[in-house]
Amino acid sequence: MRFPIKTKSSNWNSAEGRKLSFLKRFKESLVRSTGLSNKKRVFRDRAILIFNNTSEVIRAESVLKAKGWQLKVMGPPPEIQSGCDLVIEIPLIEKLNILRVLEESNNLPLDTAPVSSTLLKPVDIYQIKDFGDYLMVRAANMKLTIDKRTKVIVNISGGGCPDVPYLAGEMVGRHLDESPTPRDIGHTLCGYALQLAYEEMRRKCTP
Amino acid sequence: MYAIVGTVPDPSFPLTAAPVTMRDNQLKCGDMAINVNRGTPALIAASLKVGEVLNLEAPIAFLAGDTGIGKGSRELYAFLESELGSFGLSILCFHYLQPDVDWHFRILESIRSSGSSPVLIADAGFMYAAKMSGDAEEYDLFTPDVGELAFLADEKAPHPFYTRGFILHEENKVPELITRAYQFRNAAKHLLVKGETDRIVCQGAIIDCIDSPKTEALEAIGGTGDTVTGIVTALITSGIPVDQAAGLACRVNRLAGYYAQPDPATQIADIVDQIPKALEETLGKE
Repeated sequence: MRFPIKTKSSNWNSAEGRKLSFLKRFKESLVRSTGLSNKKRVFRDRAILIFNNTSEVIRAESVLKAKGWQLKVMGPPPEIQSGCDLVIEIPLIEKLNILRVLEESNNLPLDTAPVSSTLLKPVDIYQIKDFGDYLMVRAANMKLTIDKRTKVIVNISGGGCPDVPYLAGEMVGRHLDESPTPRDIGHTLCGYALQLAYEEMRRKCTP
Repeated sequence: MYAIVGTVPDPSFPLTAAPVTMRDNQLKCGDMAINVNRGTPALIAASLKVGEVLNLEAPIAFLAGDTGIGKGSRELYAFLESELGSFGLSILCFHYLQPDVDWHFRILESIRSSGSSPVLIADAGFMYAAKMSGDAEEYDLFTPDVGELAFLADEKAPHPFYTRGFILHEENKVPELITRAYQFRNAAKHLLVKGETDRIVCQGAIIDCIDSPKTEALEAIGGTGDTVTGIVTALITSGIPVDQAAGLACRVNRLAGYYAQPDPATQIADIVDQIPKALEETLGKE
């Protein structure tokens, strides 16, 4: 067994540096709000994995789900929000195993922290709209439309992060089964929402 | 002079700051050619179409390639922080940029310290950052759709993905959401709320509603929100007050959509083509 596993600690670029300063403030506020030291807080049963950006979260989630973990992707606590973030909520007791798997796949988080307050839950309501020959699925702020006759993706709309036009360029015109997925080529929360719409569309199109 | 700030979905696209023109449905910015498609290119194309009719000077485009990693957005932010004040801009429209509260603050500080007071318009990722930063009131116009309005109304949401109580397409909740967005000071001075019924809001009061023509397929077409933001930006540049320009832009955008006779597979370039005709007709009526 390799022990202990450390999170990333060097070569920060400026974005990572800013994220780390958020993390420092977050940890300080945890101590202030709970009056507990870091040592005592390890007895809480949930923790969050904090990454530099959403693409890293998406990659780590894919790796962990492939290994059988049922994890929740959530919104970060306010202290570390920078505008386009996700964190992965994990059972604290599984932290070492999880970090080991992430290390092996070169997906280590920036840091881990105990859950100190209610995390924001992603929107999980879908809206389906039938246009006759076309079917649209909406998840959060993203919409994906296919031609029902051919299962070809004909439009993607909504969202405001820069990977939305990129994802649309890569996916529109492709068959639902042959299109690259937002999970593989997306990087932001809008990309993540589009993945949810894509998965729901596939469920709708599965006989 | 007006400027549009955004990204192009091509990682090899360099940081570019230059007047932008359009020929044969292709944008030209500096040495770079850009296809008209959803996102900032659609916004620019729509504003140029309005400019054709109203004889406006070409806008400056501040663009960088970004496919969501944020590198291009950060390079653009850094450029704007140091250079924006030197352009003497009267209207600034911010669009598809990686939401980043820290960089938003630095850009706003740069504008404040330049001593100028340009009309500030924000949509998409930069609007998300503006709300998150607590500086929404500094802006003259936000152009959210109903989902993004719910995000503005939720004082705790850092992104539309997390909006609490996000009820899909409950249009009847829009007035309540508008009130709440202003109550928590998360709205610009004006809102152009895109929906089944478009609503124009000034300091919390709904001053105009636009619900025709109704073209159902437009909801599925990527870029229809971008075009309305481009239209309103150009109309404001022409001297029309923000509240009037917002209502006019919604009417023009709807009419352009109607003229394109779209189905859900129609692409935004087909609607952009119809903007001059729709603008001339709408101006003729008014």
